[in-house]
Amino acid sequence: MNHFPEAWGRPRDDVYGAYNPLYLQTTGPKAHTQSPAVTGTSVVAVKFNGGVAIAADNLASYGSLARFTDVKRLRKFGESAIVGFSGDVSDMQYIDRLLESIDIRENYSTNGNTLNAKNLHTYLSKVLYKRRSEFNPLWNHILVAGFDEDKKPFLSSADLLGTTFSAPHLATGFGAHLAIPILRRLFPEETPLESISKDEAVAALRECIKVLWYRDARSLDKYSLAVVTEAGIEIQEDQQVEAQSWAFAEAIKGYGAQVN
Amino acid sequence: MTSIGTGYDLSNSVFSPDGRNFQVEYAVKAVENGGTAIGIRCKDGVVLAVEKIITSKLLKPGSNKRIATVDRHVGIVSAGLVPDGRHFVSRARDEASSWRGVYKGPIPISALSNRLGSYVQAYTLYSSVRPFGVTAIVGGWDSEAELAVDGQVGSGPKSGSGGKVEGAKTGGPGLYMIEPSGLYWGYYGAATGKGRQAAKAELEKLDLSSGTLSLVDGVKEAARIIYVAHEDSKDKEFELEMTWISSLDGPTKGRHEEVPKDLLEEAERAAKRALEGEDEEEDATKGNSNETERMEE
Repeated sequence: MNHFPEAWGRPRDDVYGAYNPLYLQTTGPKAHTQSPAVTGTSVVAVKFNGGVAIAADNLASYGSLARFTDVKRLRKFGESAIVGFSGDVSDMQYIDRLLESIDIRENYSTNGNTLNAKNLHTYLSKVLYKRRSEFNPLWNHILVAGFDEDKKPFLSSADLLGTTFSAPHLATGFGAHLAIPILRRLFPEETPLESISKDEAVAALRECIKVLWYRDARSLDKYSLAVVTEAGIEIQEDQQVEAQSWAFAEAIKGYGAQVN
Repeated sequence: MTSIGTGYDLSNSVFSPDGRNFQVEYAVKAVENGGTAIGIRCKDGVVLAVEKIITSKLLKPGSNKRIATVDRHVGIVSAGLVPDGRHFVSRARDEASSWRGVYKGPIPISALSNRLGSYVQAYTLYSSVRPFGVTAIVGGWDSEAELAVDGQVGSGPKSGSGGKVEGAKTGGPGLYMIEPSGLYWGYYGAATGKGRQAAKAELEKLDLSSGTLSLVDGVKEAARIIYVAHEDSKDKEFELEMTWISSLDGPTKGRHEEVPKDLLEEAERAAKRALEGEDEEEDATKGNSNETERMEE
């Protein structure tokens, strides 16, 4: 061993020969983000008579590690729109700052911020599409909840490719597989919006979040829930999954405590 | 020493032998012709008001606002050349936005005024530009509560100080006035434009340095002062434009907003009453003096 700290713990030159710097790639194509780092999981949302309800848990995972447990993934925009983010948290923060600057600019006019959720969704989907076209995507799948220009409830999604999709109920990430079937059973196709109450929508979301907590390994039992109505936005950021029952896990091989 | 014929006023950035920059002084003259603008720093907020002279009956009432919002918590009103004021506001918005880009939070009023002062001063240094033809009043409220950093998602660790000082008093109202030379001071009450002398005299009567005037009273005083300052150019019609910024628990929640219509109208009515009252008092004293004169006769 020599007295140069930078050599400690490295292959010894007298044994392995000097390191061949050709292995260090100094030139080549510029690489952008190829995978997200700190991520949020599903966002779930349902339209109801007179508004939209949206929920997401408070977890930001670092790979499979439950790294941050008080992360707010539902972000307010103006007085009547909510954006729910899944995917990369730092990209979410970037978009959040972008939305903040838009809100500030909109408020320079005497009319205030008149952008509705539909305008916001159009804008965000174009931002996402532009970035994916630069091969430098913002690694998010977002749901935008609020109202359109006719004051009708609005719910739509946009993903990291800039793909947009709209439906009376939507979910991102694992929720697209686990929550959508539940929501489809509760609110079958062609269910008129007028027949779905706010309480029913909120109860459905709580049920979805519970199922996701049971079955999605990157989820948390603490979640946020927001309801957008004509009256404004109610947002609760310290919700807890209630009445958990893990009895079903007993019979499943490889699940929970049962190892073999 | 006069500037006429000496040649020292022909180019910007040139001193006269007795140390004056005439171009800057001419810019001040441009300001002195503008509609009166004032700002009052109250204990729980700041009021900005401007006398907007109606230049044409074809203009829509209430349009062409003269007080602008910068970020969310700052208002700027200026007297002098309107386009110069617009450009000044545009620069202020850029500064506020770039501050957010670096520090992830709203710019303090003092820092914004400092940057704007430097910007205006730079326009006195070069022969290729002319100084700003405006004196601007910058008013705002620095949040007294701890604000979340822009884009903040969580609340951080629940234990440990996190480098915070307990009980530190921060935030509050801020009012600055920036002149064409780039000079800026912080004020309790600021006035500029045509009626500034009358307005300053009224502001001094308010004892603003004691920090007792409430925001709502400040609104009424501001309206009255603009009406008083308008007395000397009575032949011209004007519109009163007023905005305010309150503390976080006040009516605007730390944001720069227009004074609500009903409060503005109430303040205007009170201002007109106060003026009529003064006139009556004057008439009354005149009447009395006439009487005494007669008695002497």
